[in-house]
Amino acid sequence: MMKLKNLSKQYGDNVIFKNLSLELKDGEILTVMGPSGIGKTTLIKVLTGLEEAEAGQVEINGNEYEIGDPAISEQIGLVFQDFNLFPHLTVKENIALAPVLVKKRAKQEVDQKVNELLKQLGITEQADLYPYQLSGGQKQRVAIARALAMNPEVIIYDEPTSGLDEKSTEQVEKIMLALKKEGVSQMVVTHDLPFAEKVADTNFDFLKEIENEKNK
Amino acid sequence: MSEIGNYLPTILSGLNMTLGVFFVTIIGSIPLGIIVALAMRSQYFMLRWFVNGYIWIMRGTPLLLQLIFVYYGLGMIGITFSRFNAVAFAFIINYAAYLAEIFRGGIQAIPQGQFEAAQVLGLSKTQSFFKVILPQVIKIVVPAFGNEVINLVKDTSLVYVIGLGDILRAGTIAASRDVSLIPYLIVGVVYLIMIAIVTLALRASEKKLNTWR
Repeated sequence: MMKLKNLSKQYGDNVIFKNLSLELKDGEILTVMGPSGIGKTTLIKVLTGLEEAEAGQVEINGNEYEIGDPAISEQIGLVFQDFNLFPHLTVKENIALAPVLVKKRAKQEVDQKVNELLKQLGITEQADLYPYQLSGGQKQRVAIARALAMNPEVIIYDEPTSGLDEKSTEQVEKIMLALKKEGVSQMVVTHDLPFAEKVADTNFDFLKEIENEKNK
Repeated sequence: MSEIGNYLPTILSGLNMTLGVFFVTIIGSIPLGIIVALAMRSQYFMLRWFVNGYIWIMRGTPLLLQLIFVYYGLGMIGITFSRFNAVAFAFIINYAAYLAEIFRGGIQAIPQGQFEAAQVLGLSKTQSFFKVILPQVIKIVVPAFGNEVINLVKDTSLVYVIGLGDILRAGTIAASRDVSLIPYLIVGVVYLIMIAIVTLALRASEKKLNTWR
C-alpha cells in the first residue's frame, strides 16, 4: 500500500500541485488521469526522486517517509513513457543491470530471475536482442521486466499506451491485470480513457484534485 | 631499392620515439579528457571556470609553443622535466583538452532519459557513468576521436623542437647528409602506413560498436 500525503510542488511561483493526497491499495491498479501538461509526470518524478518537492510524506507498507527520502524511490519501479531502455545492452542485460549493481545479487540468482521475468512477459525469444531490434510493445514489456526485477512495492507507469498500437495496448493491459493477480500494486498515469476504464480499480482525477486544492 | 634499404634502418630507429609519444599520449589523454569533460559539467562555477580556461589556452596556442614552454619555460622557474617527460606532459595536456571537448559533446548527446532511468534504478553516479553513459558516449565520439588520433600520429614529429629523435628527425639528418629527398619519401610512406593501421583499427571498433544503435 502507498499513501501520498499533502504533496506540494512548485516551480518558482508556479504551483503545480498543493496538498495532493492519494492512496494506492495493495494489489490495486490506480489510474491517475488528467489532460497533458498539468503535472502528472512531475508527480512521478517527485515520487521517484528525479525532482524535489516542497513538502509531503509518502507511506509505503506502514512506513512513513518525508518526500525526497531515497527509501521511497527504492521501493518504486518506474516504466517510462519512452521506455528509456539502455541501447547498448541486450534485453537480458537491461533487466539484470540494476539487480547486480544495486542489489548486489549473485549473478546466478539474477539470471534465474531474469529468465522468469522474460517468460512471464513473453519476451524469452528477444532475450539477446538489443532495444533497437524490438517493437514498441516488446520494449514496453522489457521496461516492465526491468522495473519488476528490483522487486518494487509499487510499479508506476507513465503513459504506458502512448505510441503503442491496439495489439500492443491489449498486451500491456493483459500484463497489468496478470501482475494485479499476483498482488503487485500499480499506479498508471495516463490520459487514455478507454484503456484506463479497462484496467482501473480506482481512478484519481488529477485535474479535479489540484483545482480543488488550489481553490481552497 | 638498395638506397631505400640503406636509409630504412636509420629512419626506423626513430620509430620507437614516435610510437612512444603516440601511445603515452593516448593512454594519458583519454582519462584526463574524460575527467575534464565531467568537470565542465560540474555544479561548481570555479571548477568550470578553471577547466574552460585550461581548454582555451590549450586550444588557443600551438602545440609546438606549449612544448617549448614546458621544456624550456618551466625549466626557468625550477620545474624541470627530462626531454621525453616534457613531451609526454605537453602532449597529454594538449590532447586531453581536445578530447574533453569531444567527450563533452558526446555526453550532451545522451538523452536525459538515460540518466533518469539509471537514477530511478538506483545506480550511483559512478555506476551510471561507467555502465550506462560512457559506453554510449564512446560510440558517439569514435569518428571525432579518430580524427584526433590521426592528428596525433603526425604531431609526434614536433618532438624535434626539444631535440628528440623521431622518424622525421632521422629522415632529416639522412637527407641533409646525402643531399637526397629519398629519406623524406621513406618517412612519408612510414607515416602513411601508421595512419592506415590507425584507420583500420578505428573502422574495426566502429563496426563492433554498430552491433547496437
